Amino acid sequence: MAETSRLGEGVRAYRLIAGMWIRSAMTYRTSFVVTMCANLVMTGLDFVGILLMFSQVDSLGGWGLPEIAFLYGLSVTAFGIADLVLGSMDVLGSRIRDGSFDILLVRPAPVLAQIGADRFAVRRLGRITQGTVVLGWALTSVEVDWSAAKVLLVPLMVVSSAAIFCAVFVAGAAFQIFAQDASEVQNAFTYGGTTLLQYPPTVFGKDFVRGVTFVLPLAFVNWVPASYVLGRPYPLELPGWAAFTPPLVAVACAALAGLAWRAGLGSYRSTGS
Amino acid sequence: MDAFIELDRVEKVFDVRKKTGFLKRERRQVRAVDSISFTVARGEMVGYIGPNGAGKSTTIKMLTGILTPSGGRLRVAGIDPSRERTRLAHRIGVVFGQRTTLWWDLPLIDSYRLMHRMYRIPDARYRENLDRCVELLELVDLLDVPVRQLSLGQRMRGDIAAALLHDPEVLYLDEPTIGLDVISKAKVRGFLRELNTERGTTVLLTTHDLQDIEQLCSRVMVIDHGRLMYDGPLAGLHEVGESERTLVVDLERELPPIVAAPARVVRVEGPRQWLAFPASESAAALVARVAAEYPLVDLSVREPDIEAVIAKMYAGEAEKAVS
Repeated sequence: MAETSRLGEGVRAYRLIAGMWIRSAMTYRTSFVVTMCANLVMTGLDFVGILLMFSQVDSLGGWGLPEIAFLYGLSVTAFGIADLVLGSMDVLGSRIRDGSFDILLVRPAPVLAQIGADRFAVRRLGRITQGTVVLGWALTSVEVDWSAAKVLLVPLMVVSSAAIFCAVFVAGAAFQIFAQDASEVQNAFTYGGTTLLQYPPTVFGKDFVRGVTFVLPLAFVNWVPASYVLGRPYPLELPGWAAFTPPLVAVACAALAGLAWRAGLGSYRSTGS
Repeated sequence: MDAFIELDRVEKVFDVRKKTGFLKRERRQVRAVDSISFTVARGEMVGYIGPNGAGKSTTIKMLTGILTPSGGRLRVAGIDPSRERTRLAHRIGVVFGQRTTLWWDLPLIDSYRLMHRMYRIPDARYRENLDRCVELLELVDLLDVPVRQLSLGQRMRGDIAAALLHDPEVLYLDEPTIGLDVISKAKVRGFLRELNTERGTTVLLTTHDLQDIEQLCSRVMVIDHGRLMYDGPLAGLHEVGESERTLVVDLERELPPIVAAPARVVRVEGPRQWLAFPASESAAALVARVAAEYPLVDLSVREPDIEAVIAKMYAGEAEKAVS
């Protein structure tokens, strides 16, 4: 009961603060439009890069263009959602350094929600738009015998992987408290993570894939369930039901991230730095 | 007396790690607050002063629940701040002089609307408090101005209003007059005095400006090296520190040093002379005497600053220890 009301409080505070940031961005209307367009162009170019590569090669690690697009669309959409919701958590480090973090701590609202909504930017919708367009095209182009389970798995994958990315953001923010200036390290985990997931697993060495699957649960975001949907063998010898574990992995990641956040905040409050 | 803020042997120890080489770190413990005890009654207005790094801000951060004390017992309105931070937040107001809670790019009123919703202030109460703050802090022409366009003094007034919309029982101010011009300082002080006498709000303020304390606080606490050095009325502090004010006079021409006991000339520079006199003496009487006997062109009175008062206090303690 107490936990659900805390969650409600958090969502409410998040909405209030995100609203203030949207209004702030709107005061610079031209800049708002320009960055929105620039963002769309930049993310579009990413996909053009992959298209160019495929005009030279027929397939990448045995995967064809629609299949790559499927991986790419899933990963970008999920990351886009996480980036929209919690993407500014890397400003936490500078908030701690300039002392404005203390101001959040004297307000009657959960700090995680306040820092999550910090610098909320609508322009991040660009990435989601691009991701869903690619995903939509891929879904109509891949040759798949659609079963109920496969249809259900697609939105489940998006939501679970978005949750996993969110957990990585939160854990990264907690880590920033410990390591002060670690936003670069965090970016290696998240932005680096998406680039990795846009390519099929057979491109990478087996040990590397194993490491990624078990050390970082990010692999569940894409490869295993995608292989199931596309009717391909799993990157590692995993049982068939492994494709349906993303929600469980997501919940576990969220719980771990929550603990990390709590520890980080506790450390800040006992060290003041 | 109703003790609203209670500290009992509160301490805060920081682990400071210094890099001394590759992977090698030296660990050192710093006692930012060292066994401080005091109580503040409801409705009191207390000045909390000390040099930089004395532990003032650390104390405020513990009182507001930002930092967890390393030891001792701390209560504000019966609440343990570090355990129930958000519950306490509804009952306290905090103004950090050099950091703003206001939204840089948005009109001032938008920040107040956020407070209204975030603190769930009942509509009628919000309107009433906002109207009062707007009137007393002269904010009426500023409400629609983006915060980034406000002057430092205007922004500070805006911040104080933001901290009071939810009717806090205690207001903490960390350097509320730092960097403000004389008029802004007077406005802020006038408002705080009114808040304290009319609404009975408990006020605890840290400052470097002794005039803030003189004009506002009946009680002052001096902290240095994490320890409470003095707790009592300001007059007592002047005695302890035997502080002096300085009268700067410009004469018509260069003259030998002025003789006007108990003041003594501490510096002469052409026609300008500096006279030090005890802070407890009346400046008016001294000015009248100097004006009667010397060709006076201009004058100003300088108040002792806190650093000087505290330095004198130490000098006194050291002498006592020696003798």
